[in-house]
Amino acid sequence: MRALRNAGLVTGALIVGAAVAIALFAPLLVPHDPFAQDLSRRLIPPFWMEGARAGHPLGTDQLGRDYLSRLIYGARISMLIGIATTIASGLIGIALGVAGGFFGGRVDDAVLFAITARLSIPLILVALAIVSVVGSSLTVVVMTLGLLLWDRFAVVARVATMQVRNLDYVAAAWAAGCSKGRIVLREILPNILSPLAVVATLEVALAILLEAALSFLGLGVPPPLPSWGLMIAEGKDYMFFSPWVIMIPGVALFIVVFGINLLGDGLRDLLRTGRVA
Amino acid sequence: MMLDFLARRLLVALLVCATVLTFAFVLTRLGGDLAISIAGPNATAADIAQVRVAYGLDRPMPVQFLEWVGRAATGDFGQSFFFKEKVSKLIFDRLPITFALGLVGLSLALSVALPLGIVAALRENSWVDRAISIVALFGQAMPSFWLGLILMIGLGLHLGWLPISGTGSWEHFVMPGIVLAFSAIPALLRLTRAGMIDAMASDYIRTARAKGLSRSSIVLKHAARNAAMPVVSIAAVQLGFMLGGSIVIETVFALHGVGFLAWESISKNDFPTVQAVVLLLACIYILLTLGADLLNAVLDPRLRAS
Amino acid sequence: MTRLLEVEDLEVGFGDVSAVRGASLAIERGETHCLVGESGCGKSVTALAIMGLLARNATRRAARLSFDGQDLRGLDERGMSRLRGDRMAMIFQEPMTSLNPAYTVGSQMAEVMLRHRGGTRAAAMARAEDLLGRVRITSPGMRLGQYPHQLSGGLRQRVMIAMALMCEPELLIADEPTTALDVTVQAQILRLLLDLQRDLGLAILLITHDLGVVARVAHRVSVMYAGEVVESAPVEALFAHPTHPYTSGLLGCVPVPGKVARGAPLGSIAGVVPRLGPEFRGCGFRDRCAHAAPACAQTIARRAAGPRHDYLCRLEPGLAGDAR
Repeated sequence: MRALRNAGLVTGALIVGAAVAIALFAPLLVPHDPFAQDLSRRLIPPFWMEGARAGHPLGTDQLGRDYLSRLIYGARISMLIGIATTIASGLIGIALGVAGGFFGGRVDDAVLFAITARLSIPLILVALAIVSVVGSSLTVVVMTLGLLLWDRFAVVARVATMQVRNLDYVAAAWAAGCSKGRIVLREILPNILSPLAVVATLEVALAILLEAALSFLGLGVPPPLPSWGLMIAEGKDYMFFSPWVIMIPGVALFIVVFGINLLGDGLRDLLRTGRVA
Repeated sequence: MMLDFLARRLLVALLVCATVLTFAFVLTRLGGDLAISIAGPNATAADIAQVRVAYGLDRPMPVQFLEWVGRAATGDFGQSFFFKEKVSKLIFDRLPITFALGLVGLSLALSVALPLGIVAALRENSWVDRAISIVALFGQAMPSFWLGLILMIGLGLHLGWLPISGTGSWEHFVMPGIVLAFSAIPALLRLTRAGMIDAMASDYIRTARAKGLSRSSIVLKHAARNAAMPVVSIAAVQLGFMLGGSIVIETVFALHGVGFLAWESISKNDFPTVQAVVLLLACIYILLTLGADLLNAVLDPRLRAS
Repeated sequence: MTRLLEVEDLEVGFGDVSAVRGASLAIERGETHCLVGESGCGKSVTALAIMGLLARNATRRAARLSFDGQDLRGLDERGMSRLRGDRMAMIFQEPMTSLNPAYTVGSQMAEVMLRHRGGTRAAAMARAEDLLGRVRITSPGMRLGQYPHQLSGGLRQRVMIAMALMCEPELLIADEPTTALDVTVQAQILRLLLDLQRDLGLAILLITHDLGVVARVAHRVSVMYAGEVVESAPVEALFAHPTHPYTSGLLGCVPVPGKVARGAPLGSIAGVVPRLGPEFRGCGFRDRCAHAAPACAQTIARRAAGPRHDYLCRLEPGLAGDAR
């Protein structure tokens, strides 16, 4: 069973590593310019189907753009949004959670209230509304999701801070006359990082899925950027005749998110057993 | 004590509603001058000025805000810019569809997640447990809109079992319901499993076994009852998320519920409707979590008494 | 007539740890049999093994494990569940957590009756009320409708006892039933158990580490150490002539009024109960024993020290007693 768990962790790490590598080296990997249209080569099927053509292993889209190249650049957008959003939401959530857990009392009441209020706000609807009002761009999507996805960070950071705050070494730091800021930065933060790392992986996955959903609804990453969600949206009109136009980006999305979640679960198990031992 | 607790929960609920009310107002003002968006791209300066007066946008912000709050409190969300109808009527016409979808989704999710979660807990760390946890991971990684499209191709086009889109009959709710359920299954499944593992390891289960009770009574009566409380809470939260998430699924399946309405009004810059839907979904979520607390108080005699 | 419960050479393992290493035990009808020993010596595991309540990762083997002549080894979970709660019952150390918080006292008691004897719910409730009175709970009718959290620890343990008696079992296993309770309540619960035993003629296997309790209630005592029953004797014989060095060491730790001089130091046994693997041979006590010799690493034979008095040591009777 232990081996199986580790297998999950390793598989997840491999998938995530591959996705990150593809995102980083996208310009070196693509066989074509992902933005170059060629209306004479529209909707060429991928290599396993009849009518496939050399040079376009995953075929072309409705504007004749090479699908593999767009898929590779899509990894870039997904990973960028996932990581940038998680950094933004992590900063907000951890600040709130640590403040609530560390100071307690009124501050904690306020933080709990903020979390409750945030959870009651319908996520996708508000994200769509903001993007629609402010205008769609990569930055807007990251900022919007970052402002909305901090709740899990806050919840976990708050509880972890409360646990750490009462431990002996924190008491020792108080006794040694350390300032509050120093205690938070030097004693508390380093000791709550591991549960937050798990939250961070899961948030990356969630942000990627949400970006895809927003782009699918036309209020995420603007065309012609090759977001996987947008590729699915653009392929939707052709899906009954050429199902692969939605299958390929969808499978890519699924595999990456699956890999990130595997990694997150594996990390959680690893940290949990690590704590017991 | 119980009343005290309830009073406090109600107070928090009201405060959250007030916060969302403010938020919904600010949300629509983020983009600057509303009148320009409403008047449309071809409007002249005179048109815009006219719109501004017609919708009361020429008055100071605080006045607009107070007016919106005052009317929202009485259930009047104003006139829809796009549908030229009262927003409250628009929403209440469509609400039953979204509720039906949410209930189908939740029932499907529960009927999959509860048995699987219980089986996984009883066979903890076996291959069955691993397989079930992979099912949960699958659900978590599946983009709902994509799953919707795949079902349309598979069940709708190739097999022809279900209508591909629309709102006509109960069959139109099956595919969206499945997609919605998929998004809620992982959380419900994991919580059921964890709750059952805790319960089965507890002293009172050892007592139940020492009493010679049947396996089904031990698992379903004694363990499940105690594992149910966190599941009830999360089920309420998930139903809230489902109603919010129905915006994607209703759009994919062209199911004319509140979610579809929200998407239409967002893409048509119909701000009164957007505001109202945001507020409504938030209030429903708050009510659901309140309801879950009450239900838990019924389930747990300790909460009831204290 | 056969004995009510006979256990021979019981072995229980959890992975690579042997919790019980060939324990033997026999309980007569109507007797109070105390099982004593330090924490971790395998008392509770032995009890759970008899009841068939071991965790799934445990392995159980025995040369003999019979209840009223019926071999328990061949019984599956279904068969065991027919016996449990009906003819053999068990109460536990933690009354605070041993009752299900979600159901009333009455319904938890009634279901034992309904499961094993059938009948109406009303009849089962009436029986429950009667038994709550028997365990000296005041206004039993009102208690039936209460939830466990509304009762004190002592009351909950009384409820557990009453629940165990629902079907008039022949054997009651009580695993440290008073350890978690206040001292005054401990005495009440013990007295109650004794009275019930006398009135109902049931056999009790009382697990305890309190020799004071043993002296007051036991007919017969078995001393456990590191997964083995190292000595078993009628209570008078055990206290008068402790034969195994561990038993005498254990007795030396207890102040007995009139026997121990005021101001004289109490005895103690250095060290803790070892965790032994399956490959371990010989006496488990040898690392802490004053009489230890190379021969102690051999398999030791059980020998008699008197009528119905046996022990597990290479020493002759009378030698080990000097350990004090």
